[in-house]
Amino acid sequence: MSAQAAEQPGAAVSTEEAAAGSPAVKTVELTKRFGRTVALAGLSMAVPRGEVFGFLGPNGAGKTTAVKLLLGLLTPSSGEGWLLGRPLGDLGARRRIGYLPELFRYQAWLSASEVLALHCELAPLPRSSWRDEIRTVLETVGLTDRAGDRVATFSKGIQQRLGLGAALLGEPELVFLDEPTSALDPVGRHDVREIIRGLASRGTAVFLNSHLLSEVEQVCDRVAVVDHGRVIASGTMDDLLSGTAVRVRVAGLTQANKNNLASYGNIDDEGDQLTFTNLNADRVPELVASIVSMGGRVYEVAPRHQTLEDRFLQLLEDEEK
Amino acid sequence: MTLPPFLVIARLTIQEASRRRLLLALLVLTLLVVGFSAWGFNKVTTVTRSDGTPLPPDQVALITSQLLIVVVFMFSGVLALSAAVVAGPLIASEVESGLLLSMLARPVRRSEVVVGKWVGLGALVAIYAAGAGSLEIAAVDWATGYVPPHPAQLILYVGTEGLILLSLGLLLSTRLSGITAGVIALVAWLVAWIAGVVGDIGTGLQNQALENVGVISHMVLPSDGLWRGAIYAMEPDTFIAAMRALGTAGRANPFAATDPPPYSFLAWVAVWFAIVLSLSVLSFRRREI
Repeated sequence: MSAQAAEQPGAAVSTEEAAAGSPAVKTVELTKRFGRTVALAGLSMAVPRGEVFGFLGPNGAGKTTAVKLLLGLLTPSSGEGWLLGRPLGDLGARRRIGYLPELFRYQAWLSASEVLALHCELAPLPRSSWRDEIRTVLETVGLTDRAGDRVATFSKGIQQRLGLGAALLGEPELVFLDEPTSALDPVGRHDVREIIRGLASRGTAVFLNSHLLSEVEQVCDRVAVVDHGRVIASGTMDDLLSGTAVRVRVAGLTQANKNNLASYGNIDDEGDQLTFTNLNADRVPELVASIVSMGGRVYEVAPRHQTLEDRFLQLLEDEEK
Repeated sequence: MTLPPFLVIARLTIQEASRRRLLLALLVLTLLVVGFSAWGFNKVTTVTRSDGTPLPPDQVALITSQLLIVVVFMFSGVLALSAAVVAGPLIASEVESGLLLSMLARPVRRSEVVVGKWVGLGALVAIYAAGAGSLEIAAVDWATGYVPPHPAQLILYVGTEGLILLSLGLLLSTRLSGITAGVIALVAWLVAWIAGVVGDIGTGLQNQALENVGVISHMVLPSDGLWRGAIYAMEPDTFIAAMRALGTAGRANPFAATDPPPYSFLAWVAVWFAIVLSLSVLSFRRREI
């Protein structure tokens, strides 16, 4: 699909009703190549309406490329996709979408409320609603007392809050947040999580690009893990974190001994602490017996629920192999 | 009522120039230059012949018209250079900084961004050319009593020359970095002027190959052709008659014009704008952001 075709409003839409019942995001084999580099390799996924979707991956995995393709800022090399039931780049769909870019930058010579008014105008929202929209959004992102200040005077974190505010204007049906807390302090991160929960409670789908796993774990209903441009795992948080991790504090094991323990699953080796990700609890006694038979001295065995970080690292390790 | 996106972008471009004090800087500098040139032109009227008698009015008019051509050349140069320097980063810097990301995710077409920026900066160029040009003409009139024969055409040609450089800078800005786009536009303007001079020399020497350099350069970048139109608008009829009397030698002067730009050239300028703007839109639509 060319960028030109993407700019045709309403192209290839059967009915509005069909669009209303469609997923917030759907892609089929969406691929992007920059010369020889494959930035995104055949992304196929669907994000249901009203869900908070976490798109995870290490730096350079293709997360931002995916968002830019979905928003029509990049043209796919192959494959197709739909936002709110309309083809990528469709102007009608963009009226119902909010976006906070990873590289957030706003007109330094405008005040915060002027930036928001500009986005109200481009959205476009009815002029009569601007005042209330801007006030509500400023309140939500905690910038009410900076409304009249020029963006040039804002810190990175305040600018990111402003960008988040711009993405929330007009109660969009789908919001893309690309690393929304990269410039925020812990209080700001907490606020963003609350904002995402608020969006979810009113039925807005959120596409959250992040490599901050704890953040994703706390707010997302569903995640996809992407690496080297490919989705290597996806599903609900429960699907993904079904296994149990076991942390063992042990001494007296050689590297060869540790390698022999690989049959118990992936090992996150931190010296005297070994974490076996995705190990069934039934196999714990067997694991301890093996360690002891190798001459290891076990001080502590702590089975725990697998965190997203455990699972993420395990997936990336599997991918490396 | 909501403005169409291209007008929102145009307004934003003007607002940026104003908030960044570009307009104020231009206003102050223009007032200084116009005031200084008025003082200088006034001195022309005080020049006396060797016998102490003042110069006759037609001689004052001739000297003033020639000085005015030099001043306007400088003025049109500043306008063209400013348009190129401002247009160069117009899209490039906003793509590089990420400023356009959140705006292009709105229901805004790429073409609306390009046209909006052109309209916004074009309005500034037109208003500045009209305002500063009128002020200079009024100042010269006050200082010497001389008014160029075609003041409206003069402003029109100089303003259009600015728009040409703006359009070229904008086209380059859709693909190149801001500095590169600005520098290329600047160099192109200078090369076009030199090519025009080469064409003049060709006319003087009756050398068809050299003459063609001028013709082709006027087609590729019509800035010099428009400048010749501005010169013609400033020359008194007596001067034009004298230059025509010199034949081909009279046509070989880069600061003189014996004929107004032909209608076919002016029509080409309109087509040139359409082509360059269309190319800018096409180029930006294909740009990956």
